[in-house]
Amino acid sequence: MITNLIRRGIQALFVIFAMTLIVFVGVNVIGNPVDILINPDLNQAERLRVMQNLGLDQPLWRQYLSFLAGLAEGDFGDSFVYGRPALGVILERLPATLELALAAMVIAIVVGLPLGLYAGLYPDRLSSKLIMTGSILGFSLPTFWVGLMFILLFAVQLGWLPSNGRGETAGAWSFLTGDGLRHLILPALNLALFKTSLILRLTRAGVQEVIAQDFVKFARAKGLLERRVVLVHILKNLMIPVVTIIGLEFGSLIAFSVVTESIFGWPGMGKLIIDSINLLDRPVIVAYLMMMVVLFVTLNFVIDICYTLLDPRVRLDGKG
Amino acid sequence: MTALLDVRDLVTVFPSGGRDLRAVDEVSFSVNRGEVLGLVGESGSGKSVTGFSLMGLVDAPGRIASGQILFDGDDLAKASPEAMRSLRGRRIAMVFQDPMMTLNPVLRIGTQMTETLHAHERIGKPEARARARDALAQVGIPSPEERLDAYPHEFSGGMRQRVAIAIALLHRPDLIIADEPTTALDVTIQSQIISEFQALTERQGTAVIWITHDLAIVSGLADRIAVMYGGRIVETGPIAEVLTAPKHPYTRGLIRSVPSENSRGARLAQIPGVTPSLAHMPQGCAFRSRCQRADAACAQRPGAYGSDSCWHRCFHPHEEALT
Repeated sequence: MITNLIRRGIQALFVIFAMTLIVFVGVNVIGNPVDILINPDLNQAERLRVMQNLGLDQPLWRQYLSFLAGLAEGDFGDSFVYGRPALGVILERLPATLELALAAMVIAIVVGLPLGLYAGLYPDRLSSKLIMTGSILGFSLPTFWVGLMFILLFAVQLGWLPSNGRGETAGAWSFLTGDGLRHLILPALNLALFKTSLILRLTRAGVQEVIAQDFVKFARAKGLLERRVVLVHILKNLMIPVVTIIGLEFGSLIAFSVVTESIFGWPGMGKLIIDSINLLDRPVIVAYLMMMVVLFVTLNFVIDICYTLLDPRVRLDGKG
Repeated sequence: MTALLDVRDLVTVFPSGGRDLRAVDEVSFSVNRGEVLGLVGESGSGKSVTGFSLMGLVDAPGRIASGQILFDGDDLAKASPEAMRSLRGRRIAMVFQDPMMTLNPVLRIGTQMTETLHAHERIGKPEARARARDALAQVGIPSPEERLDAYPHEFSGGMRQRVAIAIALLHRPDLIIADEPTTALDVTIQSQIISEFQALTERQGTAVIWITHDLAIVSGLADRIAVMYGGRIVETGPIAEVLTAPKHPYTRGLIRSVPSENSRGARLAQIPGVTPSLAHMPQGCAFRSRCQRADAACAQRPGAYGSDSCWHRCFHPHEEALT
């Protein structure tokens, strides 16, 4: 377990290192931040001073080395745009993204898992076929379009729900206030739609695979209640792939909810990273991507721990 | 004495391509209390489906189309799902063919045993655990107390089959359907498990339907035998009678294809051809396409000829005993 953790940590370090290199070179290739950040009316002397302040007068390799030096002290550098530490700028936006991702994931699990179970257990019923058709829609309709339709229907036509922003927040969280909760509903549903379909289809496929196994028939031959056969014998076996997907999709919800956050004006990290890329705010981009590497490594580790809880044949011992 | 189980003209069908294929075709047999019936046949002869029909566990879209399954006077073919559930595991238990597949890989042995008890009885957890432990000890599993907390993958195939047998015996059922329970095991383990199984069921007075393709096993185990071919029982009777003087050509062929010591060096007899698939079952006698004695009469369906307890379905039965 410990060796496993250490090994993953080292792997993560390598990925982070490779990524900082790519971002440094990549941003440099896309364009010069100076052209975007500095008022074109400034004269040459003032221009040079700003560049010196940002450290952009140095050659790229020197900028990179000083970035690494700062990193060793836990300093990710200051945002070019905000003039504050990049990490702080990102962390400010974290609660907004986190609660949106969590809300969407909870909806996806609460809706997708039971429906998938139902569709898998009774594949021939009309209701199951409707569910599966619905899941294809959820799968294939583009998120931005569904988001716009939600706004059109629920915010504009019906006027039931707000379409923009987080509303009232308590501390850093908006789900704690009634108004904040109302703001959360539409973006969360929008994000959840695709994930729900994914979990639903995966669960259904899992049910059909497990239900054909001898041990399910044996469980029935023992005279167990159908409820127990489904909720214990079948569910526990099909959760392994489902947990993997839940974990990875949760990561992608946190990291890549750009479209939904933009449409609903949700001030989360996804919106921040897009803005930062537009402005070539390199410190924020680097810090953000590093956070995401750590996030995915952590999530993968949590998924592996879930495996050991679900399946006794899986053991986390440094090998394998 | 009325039989414990009396199956009459059981038909189990699987719909396919717009028609119902009869996997079990008018099968009739009976089992008395404490009696061991050997249900013998090749793969695809319908013997397993017969077993599952008795349990009410035929895989959809298969279903019992007609016939009666009288178990202690009640017709199981008409019983409600809940009545069947309550019967399964408690009065009729089943042991499956492949012990590697019958236990749930993600649940502890103890859980899989006690849940069977909880499904049919209101008993406390400690009591259920104690009974599960005793059942494990009974089938010869060492240090049963610790093994209750083990998972199936920590057991060998033979040990898993012992666990499955222990589960089947938990409620002291009246009838156990054993669906080729030793086919997947080593020969040495096979004979151990058979003799232990025999001893346990004899002590509890449990009737057994032992489904197998292996005549050698049945000859040492069963009181009576029923030979299935193409979904029908072609011959049945007391084990000694059928094995020494089989009347049906198929039974005869089956016995001849068992290797034995006195035929060493000689070419093994075999039944020509393969079992026809359900969709291509010949009209009349199902065996006639592979039978050397078949003639025009065999296009009619043969009735049951002989006495109540010993009969065959053949127009041209062998009269002489096997040499």
